[in-house]
Amino acid sequence: MAPLLEVDDLRIHFRTDDGLVRAVDGISFDLERGRTLGIVGESGSGKSVTSLGIMGLHQGTKAEITGHIRLDGEDLVTATPTRVRELRGSKMAMIFQDPLSSLHPYYTVGNQIIEAYRVHNQVSKQVARKHAIDLLGRVGIPTPQSRVDDYPHQFSGGMRQRAMIAMALSCDPELLIADEPTTALDVTVQAQILDLISDLQSEFGSAVIMITHDLGVVAELSDDILVMYAGRMAEYGSAEDIFGRPDHPYTWGLLSSMPRMDREKTTRLVPIPGTPPSLIRVPPGCPFHPRCRYTELVGGRRCETEVPPLREAVTPGHAAACHLTTEQRTRQWADLAAGQVPDDAKPPAADEATGEPEAREPA
Amino acid sequence: MSEQTQTPPVSDTGQVAGRNGDTLLEATDLVRHFPVTRGVVFRRKVGAVRAVDGINLSVTRGQTLGLVGESGCGKTTTGRLLVRLDEPTGGQIVIDGHDVTHLRQGQMRPLRREIQMIFQDPYSSLNPRHTVGGIVGAPFRLQKVKVPGGVKRNVQELLELVGLNPEHYNRYPHEFSGGQRQRIGIARTLALRPKLIVADEPVSALDVSIQAQVINLLEDLQDELGLTYVVIAHDLSVVRHISDRVAVMYLGKIVEIADRDKLYAKPRHPYTVALLSAVPVPEPLSSVTGQRERRQRIRLEGDVPSPLLPPPACRFHTRCWKAQQICRTTEPPLAELIPGHQVACHFPENTPENTPENTPQPA
Repeated sequence: MAPLLEVDDLRIHFRTDDGLVRAVDGISFDLERGRTLGIVGESGSGKSVTSLGIMGLHQGTKAEITGHIRLDGEDLVTATPTRVRELRGSKMAMIFQDPLSSLHPYYTVGNQIIEAYRVHNQVSKQVARKHAIDLLGRVGIPTPQSRVDDYPHQFSGGMRQRAMIAMALSCDPELLIADEPTTALDVTVQAQILDLISDLQSEFGSAVIMITHDLGVVAELSDDILVMYAGRMAEYGSAEDIFGRPDHPYTWGLLSSMPRMDREKTTRLVPIPGTPPSLIRVPPGCPFHPRCRYTELVGGRRCETEVPPLREAVTPGHAAACHLTTEQRTRQWADLAAGQVPDDAKPPAADEATGEPEAREPA
Repeated sequence: MSEQTQTPPVSDTGQVAGRNGDTLLEATDLVRHFPVTRGVVFRRKVGAVRAVDGINLSVTRGQTLGLVGESGCGKTTTGRLLVRLDEPTGGQIVIDGHDVTHLRQGQMRPLRREIQMIFQDPYSSLNPRHTVGGIVGAPFRLQKVKVPGGVKRNVQELLELVGLNPEHYNRYPHEFSGGQRQRIGIARTLALRPKLIVADEPVSALDVSIQAQVINLLEDLQDELGLTYVVIAHDLSVVRHISDRVAVMYLGKIVEIADRDKLYAKPRHPYTVALLSAVPVPEPLSSVTGQRERRQRIRLEGDVPSPLLPPPACRFHTRCWKAQQICRTTEPPLAELIPGHQVACHFPENTPENTPENTPQPA
C-alpha cells in the first residue's frame, strides 16, 4: 500500500522586500497510516511552514510552493482551493500551538465543533451536537453535556487543548498534524495531552505529524524523526537511530545542549555556538557550517561551498546531510556521548572567550 | 537601613565571593494576597488570590536555589517579592541582615544595587528605543555611581563579560537575536555587581541550543563573581542542572525543599514525584513489537485548583492518589524528614515505612 502522505522535494518560498525567504527548501518524506513523524528544529527552521503547506494553508498568500505533497495519491500542491478545503478538516486536520488564540472567543466550544463537523457531513444540528458531546467526553473533558455550552475562556489551558483535539478529530481525519501541541502547557498537563494523542492515534489509526522543539516530546511519541535546519533536512531516521546513533553535527548539538533528567548531572552543557541563520541569507554550502565544530575534519572548503546531499549511512532509512565520513561521525559522536566537552564550550578560565558575537544584519 | 559602602563595580573580580555557608536571603512566612474587588464606586473586597501563602526559604551565599512549579503556583510572585518589586502582605524578608519587608521605594534604592533580577522575555525587557550602551549603563546613571574609567568603558567590559562584542555599544536591541538580548539583560543585571540575582525563567523563551549558552554563562558568572541565584523555572531539567537546592511550589505553598540530588533521586512529596515522572525523556522506548510502549508515568488528573479558593488543609489532596481523610482536614506542616530535606505531606513517598510498592500504579 502506498504511504498515506508523500512529500517530495517540497519548497516553500516567500518573496519579501528584503529578498527571497527560503522557509522550506527541499523536504521529502513519506508517512504511513498509524505512524508518527516528529519534526524537530529551532525556531525559524521551517517546521511550521511545512505543516501549514501540507494543510494547504498557504493558498492565497504570497508563498511560492513547488514540489509534491500527495495525500493518498492526490497532489495537494496542484489541487484546486475548493478541493483542498474539502480535504482539510475531513481527511487531514491540525492542532495548533496556542489553543486560546485558535478557538473563537465569541462562540461556545460546542458550536465550533458542531460547525467543523457539519461542514463536512450532512447532518442535523442535533446529531452534530451529540457527536460534539461524545467527542468532548472522549478527549477527557468531565461532564461534556454541560461543558459543550461553555465558551473557551471558561476552559483551562489543558481543557482548551483537549477541545482543539476534539475538533480536529470530529471527522476522523487520516492525517493529524500537531504543531507544538503542548508548548503552552505545564508538564503534568503536557503528559496528559501526549497520552491522549497517542491513545487516540491507536484508536483511530491515523498518521500523526508532531512538530516540536522539545526532543523529549518527540522521543515519547515518534516512530520517525525529521531534523530540520534552515529550511532543509539535516537528518532523517527512526527515533532509535536519531537518539542512539545521530549522524549530523546539528543533531549532536541539540542532544548535548539539553540538560538531561535521565542521566547523571554533567558539569557542563555543550551549546551550539552562534545563532540560527536568517532564511534570507542562508549560508552557502552546508547551511550549518558557520556553527559546526567539525568543518576542519572535512578538509578544504567543502562545507562552505558544496551542499551536502542527504545520504544514507549505515542503517537503511537513516540519512544525514553532512560531508563527514561515517567513521568520523561514529568517532565524534562517541566522544560527545562519553561526555567530552569540546574546547570552545569549556568555561572561560580554560580558554579565553573569544567574544565573537554574531549580530544579525541590521534590518 | 542599609549600609552605603559599595564595592566599585566591574573593576575587581571575585572579591564578592563570600564566606561559605552563611545565609544571604531569608524569607519567613511570606504571604502575598491580591485582593479581588467588586463594585466601581463602593469597592468592597470579595476575596483574595492567595498567590503566595506562607512560605519559608533561605538562600546560602554563593549557591543557587531553584524554584519550580506549574503556572499559577506563585513562583513568579515569590521572585518579585524577594527583590521587593512587590510588597508582601505578611511575613518577613531579610537580605544580608537587612529587613527589607516594608521598605519604601526610596529606602529600597541603595539596596537595589545588591539585588537584581533577570526577566523572562528578552524582547519586552529591553527598551527598543535605547542603545545597548544606554540600557547596560542605566544602572550606573540611576544609582548615580561614579565608576573609575567611565561608564562607557565599564559597559564595554560588561558586554565582553557576557560574550557580546563591545563594539556593539551603539546598536539597538532589535539588531540582536533572542539569546543575545538575554545576554544584554544579564549584562545590565551585573552592572552594579549585585550579590543576589533572581532570575525568572531566564531561558524559557530561548531555543535549546541558545538555552545551553545562557545556562553556561550563568554558571560561569557565578563561579567568577561569587553570585547567589534564585532561579525560577518550570523546566525541571534546567532547574536540576543549575541549582544546589530546589524548592517545589504548589498553589502558593512550598511542598518540598531539599538539596538537588536528594530531591531528584528520592522525591518525597507525591506532587514532586508526579511532576518528575511527567517530564518527557529524550530516549525513545524500544518499539521491537512495532507497538510503542508507554513510559511508566503517574498521571495527575485535572488541573491545578484556583488560588482564589484553594482546597482546605493539604492543597494537593484533590489530585493526590494517596489522599486520606486527614489530608482534607489537617494541613501537613513543612517538616524536616531527614536533615536538609523538608516535606509537607502526611504520607511521604520513598520513606522506609512507605516503600515503593506504595507508589501508585501508572495509569
